[in-house]
Amino acid sequence: MSRAETASGGGQGQPPVTPPANMPPEDATSHRGARFRKRARSVGGLLLSLALTLLGLLLVTFIIGRIMPIDPVLKVVGERASQAQYDAAYQAMGLDKPIWQQFLRYVAEVLQGDFGRSISTGHPVAEDLKRVFPATVELATLGTLIGVCVGVPLGVIAAARRGGWVDQVARVVALVGYSMPIFWLGLMGLLLFYGMLGWIGGPGRQGIIYDGMVPTVTGMILIDSLIAGDWGAFRDAFSHIVLPASLLGYFSLAYISRMTRSFMLEQLSAEYVTTARVKGLSETRVVWAHAFRNILVPLVTVIALSFGGLLEGSVLTEIVFSWPGIGQYITKALLAGDMNAVLGGTVLVGACFVALNLLSDVLYRFLDPRAS
Amino acid sequence: MQNRFPLRALLMASAVSMAALAPAAWAETPADTLVVAAQIDDIISMDPAQSFEFSGQNVINNLYDQLVDFDPMDMQAGIKPSLAEGWEVSEDGKTITFTIRDGVTFQSGNPVRAEDAAWSLQRAVKLNKSPAFILTQFGLTPENVDQMVTFEGNRLTLTLDQPYAQSYVLNCLSAEVASVVDKETVMGHAEGEDFGNTWLSTNSAGSGPFSLGTWRPNEMVQFVANAGYFQGAPAMARVIVRHVQESSAQRLLLEQGDIDVAWNLTPTDVDGIAGNDKLATGNEPKGRILYMGLSQKDPLLQNPAVIEAMKYLVDYSGMEQSFLKGQWKTHQNFLPEGYLGAAEENPWSYDVEKAKKILTDAGITSGTVKTAIRDIPEYINVAQTLQNAMAQAGLTLEIQQMTGAQVLDAYRARQVPIFLGEWGPDYADPNTNASTFAYNPNNADDAGISQLAWRNSWAVPDAMNKAVVDATLEGDTDKRVQMYLDIQKEYREIAPIIPLFQKIEQVGMQKNVQNWRTGGAVSSAMYRQVTKE
Repeated sequence: MSRAETASGGGQGQPPVTPPANMPPEDATSHRGARFRKRARSVGGLLLSLALTLLGLLLVTFIIGRIMPIDPVLKVVGERASQAQYDAAYQAMGLDKPIWQQFLRYVAEVLQGDFGRSISTGHPVAEDLKRVFPATVELATLGTLIGVCVGVPLGVIAAARRGGWVDQVARVVALVGYSMPIFWLGLMGLLLFYGMLGWIGGPGRQGIIYDGMVPTVTGMILIDSLIAGDWGAFRDAFSHIVLPASLLGYFSLAYISRMTRSFMLEQLSAEYVTTARVKGLSETRVVWAHAFRNILVPLVTVIALSFGGLLEGSVLTEIVFSWPGIGQYITKALLAGDMNAVLGGTVLVGACFVALNLLSDVLYRFLDPRAS
Repeated sequence: MQNRFPLRALLMASAVSMAALAPAAWAETPADTLVVAAQIDDIISMDPAQSFEFSGQNVINNLYDQLVDFDPMDMQAGIKPSLAEGWEVSEDGKTITFTIRDGVTFQSGNPVRAEDAAWSLQRAVKLNKSPAFILTQFGLTPENVDQMVTFEGNRLTLTLDQPYAQSYVLNCLSAEVASVVDKETVMGHAEGEDFGNTWLSTNSAGSGPFSLGTWRPNEMVQFVANAGYFQGAPAMARVIVRHVQESSAQRLLLEQGDIDVAWNLTPTDVDGIAGNDKLATGNEPKGRILYMGLSQKDPLLQNPAVIEAMKYLVDYSGMEQSFLKGQWKTHQNFLPEGYLGAAEENPWSYDVEKAKKILTDAGITSGTVKTAIRDIPEYINVAQTLQNAMAQAGLTLEIQQMTGAQVLDAYRARQVPIFLGEWGPDYADPNTNASTFAYNPNNADDAGISQLAWRNSWAVPDAMNKAVVDATLEGDTDKRVQMYLDIQKEYREIAPIIPLFQKIEQVGMQKNVQNWRTGGAVSSAMYRQVTKE
């Protein structure tokens, strides 16, 4: 603990660890070479494990797709189709081939970005995902941002002033956040801020007049309207996203603040904190510059997980706010037995989790010098 | 005190963001745009030869014309000429020749020709998707349709395998599956043997009052008015239908003036807007029938006295005035109001004493029977009300709740003793219901057909089977109407399938919305006549 503290101490105490000055130069070169090889190996290993994870993900979704008690052919040709039509579709879908060939075909198609056509929307799944996923990303990002900006300081202060009023408030806030049904909160929020006060936009991503006014670049309306320089559209989109994002933010805030608090409590009882206090540092400095820096690594994991959870799409929030996101899309597809859409959505969400893991892995290396 | 900084920054940030929002202008939809909130997540295709879902039909009805159609302002008048300006039936009644209206163009600018109309019917039969049976029931098959549907100049000739009643054929030709599509445009987008199905699933190529602007599945459909529409340009330049799942959210949007029509309000929300003087409600009877099927496999339910008694154990008015309020109305015939030949008599009322007497006269004082119902409140309430009434007459009803799919599976396997469910007609002719409620020529378990009569294991008497078939062949419409009235009369007396209620579509809308029509029992939504004052 104390070494990490030293390394990230921001000028307090020892300077960061460097190779001893008396080391011979050629030794230093070979050391650098070894380090490069080590890094290359670790990057290679990372990529390999990434590829394996994705392949495993594809395998699992593929198996789920095959053991679901749904006849994919019947879904395509309809119940009134003749046997000949059925057989033709059966062959066209490659279902007469051995299962491993089907899997290889599936992987090849997915690698080309082809998830097939959705039965429940009539559109290619890739096109559907391109439409619904940015809506979820926009909402989840803003929600997580709110959760982090409020939850982290709240957790830190709650730990620093343990038992104080901020701690009590944080506890109540978290408890309410865990236990309130989002369905109800969402409707009440709409009723109050939209129905009675008129401060925000209603259900949906945009007001009707702005719909289709901003050219689609990223699919995230806030960003697209900024790119187009259309402030009216931006304000409109913001007025629609602010409530659902705040609600999601509230839920991730509840989680993040509790986790932050317990991480901080652990750090604040460590010896180096006592040392810092003895040295006469201000409490703010002890809390934020010393203890807080040391919880960054686990905190990043917590935030990444909570963000990943929101990326799956919060079905209830999406329903209450008529938000056309990936949660509703996958749920609807599942109920309709639309396996192409379910698998496409699952692979995408799974890939996001893998990417988030990778990102937090990379962040560790920045935040914790021991990790590199 | 420095550690309060983040909190203060946060307060500042939220104050700034609130200020950015502050002037939320009073929302009112543009005068030339109709904005509708509805549940439209069932749409899977915009191709008229494929679509067979409620919401899809509501869209397609506005994008395409058929040879014949209903007038939204006068549904009672029945079928009227549309793209066909007239038709003649041959002596033997097997051939109908339509004359295509002159000077009508598709939205692409191509003229509407007899060739397009013939090709559209051939296409729907050859694609053979869900709604194709509406056309193939006249003897059209993918193999023979090129000979059965032909054209010459501006005339289209339709040949049938039997001399069907003219009203039967015309009613079916008003269906969305018989829409006339722009052959040149669609074939320009054909892939392989799909007759342009993939392209037309997400685009439109019709001559209707609107064209498809945007369709984002589960999100919205936008219609753009066709200024050159042959029956006059629609008053609304745009119609936007947004998917809003929740009734309460639809109501909020309506109260805030962000939408003109809220399509799927629950009775509670309809009551909620009743006092609002800016809003109005609209009611239209639709085609769906809520009925009770008594399986003739069950020994108790086979007894005619039990069938008769059950008719008096349903608290029609009680349910209509409580949990079905505004959504369903009492209707005890299998043809919904609005259909050709629909009977209006509702002879039964809730009368436990009478039911008890019928049962004791037949020597029945007790008995137990099961029902399997969908686990949604509406059905649970209906079943419990029935259970209560049956208990007073000495009968025990065991209620089993399942998902919709499970109930349907059991029902299709003829394993539900008392079935409570809905039936929606497939097309605008009385035969759609007669042929399922009152027709079952083969009551064997392996007959492999799916009429409601068969599902309830009811061997329909030969005379009634014959009457149902004969009614499809009766050329004189008045006589045909009488035939259906007779069938329904006998049905009320003997059938173990008891129609209970007819669906009412209840919408909330702004007071200034006029002529809102969802097509009654026989058709789908029509927007071209809608105006805003």
